[in-house]
Amino acid sequence: MNTDFFFRLLFSGLTRGSIYALIALGYTMVYGIIKLINFAHGEIYMIGAFTALITAGALGFAGFPPILILLLAGLVAVIYSAAYGFTIEKIAYRPLRSAPRLSALISAVGMSLFLQEYVRLSQTSNFIAFPRLLPELPIPGGLQGIVTSPQAFILITTAVVMILLTLLIRYTKIGKAMRATSQDRTMAMLVGVRVDRVISFTFIIGSATAALGGLLISSFVGQINFFIGFLAGIKAFVAAVLGGIGSIPGAVLGGLILGMAESLAAGYVSSVYEDVFAFVILVLILIFKPSGILGRPEVQKV
Amino acid sequence: MRKTTLRFIVAVAAVLVVLIACAPQETAPIKIGVSGPHSGDLASFGIPTMRAAELVAAQINEAGGLLGRQIELVIEDDQCDPGVAPNAAARLVGEEVVAVVGHICSGATRAALNIYADEDIPAISPSATNPGLTKEGEFPNFFRTIAPDDAQGELQASFAGAELGVQSVAILHDGGDYGRGLADFSRASIEASFPDIEVLLYEGVTVGAVDYSAIINRVADSGADAVIFGGYHPEASRLVGQMRTQGIDTLFISGDGVRDDAFIAVAGDDAEGVYATGPRDTSGNAIANAAVSAHQAAYGEDPGPFFQEGWAAMLALTNAIEAAESTEADAIMNALRSENVETSVGTISFDELGDATGVGFAVYQVQGGAYVQVQ
Repeated sequence: MNTDFFFRLLFSGLTRGSIYALIALGYTMVYGIIKLINFAHGEIYMIGAFTALITAGALGFAGFPPILILLLAGLVAVIYSAAYGFTIEKIAYRPLRSAPRLSALISAVGMSLFLQEYVRLSQTSNFIAFPRLLPELPIPGGLQGIVTSPQAFILITTAVVMILLTLLIRYTKIGKAMRATSQDRTMAMLVGVRVDRVISFTFIIGSATAALGGLLISSFVGQINFFIGFLAGIKAFVAAVLGGIGSIPGAVLGGLILGMAESLAAGYVSSVYEDVFAFVILVLILIFKPSGILGRPEVQKV
Repeated sequence: MRKTTLRFIVAVAAVLVVLIACAPQETAPIKIGVSGPHSGDLASFGIPTMRAAELVAAQINEAGGLLGRQIELVIEDDQCDPGVAPNAAARLVGEEVVAVVGHICSGATRAALNIYADEDIPAISPSATNPGLTKEGEFPNFFRTIAPDDAQGELQASFAGAELGVQSVAILHDGGDYGRGLADFSRASIEASFPDIEVLLYEGVTVGAVDYSAIINRVADSGADAVIFGGYHPEASRLVGQMRTQGIDTLFISGDGVRDDAFIAVAGDDAEGVYATGPRDTSGNAIANAAVSAHQAAYGEDPGPFFQEGWAAMLALTNAIEAAESTEADAIMNALRSENVETSVGTISFDELGDATGVGFAVYQVQGGAYVQVQ
């Protein structure tokens, strides 16, 4: 086995990991703020992919240039999915805000099934082709044959999103409010943070990144169906837990580790075992660091 | 025309006999179960058989029915899922069907057969090609109107070796009963008949995984001349699509799980040149042509995969019931084994194990957006 082979696997792992990371962000941010595992999140990713497909189809029919289609489809998918995230929180989680955590969790599972079946019935249960929207640009010499243009595009987009998100959380007013809410919701409310608005905003941002992930991976792989959100959602959830749920850098790190572990396991051992490796890593990390790689141990408040 | 008249006379005679006998339960409809995936990813494999059964039943009912009784179909969706199939089977048993046309996918069929075997109900599948279903001898009540996978594996091996002249292959499968079974037979046939062909890779792929780049890298790295894939079209279209976009133009050979227009619809231009084995073209067969016309008249489109096999299964079953003059399981099964019946896949009868004699596979290639028979 040569080094080129290793690097090709590494980059395909990073690509897959970036997608996990984009979805994991939504899980981890929502958990950080309202301690809810939003199981409907994988479906938001799937709805993002479907919206992008429909938009791209319409724009392609109208004869727009590919790069404009990509941008517009991405924009529509992000806005539409963000609206879904916002609405789901309003109707499925907000009324249960003061109920036991289990009730909200079950509401989330129900929402996930509802959205899946809704797309199955309103769209189709078949696999459908997704246009390959990611641009084919020349790759600089050293990386040629190791990373493809769509992969590079996914990696760069993810990196940009991560940087923007970090800046948003660290330096803006709403970011500060998000951090305050996640540290202590009651206290934040007392000092005048509009907690409901912060929670809605968190759902919007999380759904937007998931939709972006859906668009990117679907145009990389070239097909979608109503069920893609399930497996991707599970994997992203694992990534979020791996990195330490509630921690944003943790979600990114968890996604990348998971993607690379799967890719290298598939490349060097056997692709039958890629899921096995992913979950072995999860178990090992949770044994030695129960709160995840970058997670802070939960302090029991008295 | 004369056949219809004859059938009509037979039917009228049968009705008279029944009227004379005048036993009330003998006029009740004969219930035949039909099961397969009618929703979900693989519905395109199940719906054609369901339609074939409905059309055949309608034709027979119109001509006076079977043994003077009407045929009533009981249709159950098994979603191709070995977890759902036993429930579908149990519902058919509860409806007291005399026989079942189905199921479609091998895994689901095996799961359902456990139930039919206990209840002694004959089942004829138009498409479950896993060889063990007949050859293990576990299910004496099982029959099929399609050749088993080992026949397909042999054809894939000889086509790759003798026609395409490949020196090395990478064998991939989806880990399921059907896909892995097919991959194993291709491999066994290659090792037995073409020892010069090197099997460089033998690997399962994860169904529904986010992407297949890693396994595709391994295929490229192995330098194999051809990929032989055992599995269904959703995985195949993704594998082919990702291979082609990464500039890997290795030959791709697969089986009847991929010989479906849904594969071409999803893979698009990347599907060009892909080989897939599948049931022989039936365009020269008069029954098959009549079946296609009936489908077009009813649905306004050409039938999907396994339509002719489903039609044949229904004809073989109704013929056996007529020949046995009974709806008892043993009588039907004896008639299935002893009678030669003209069907849409040729003149067939069933051997002791339940495999049809006189059916086989051919190699197809995607050319200009459609499957064309090449051998």
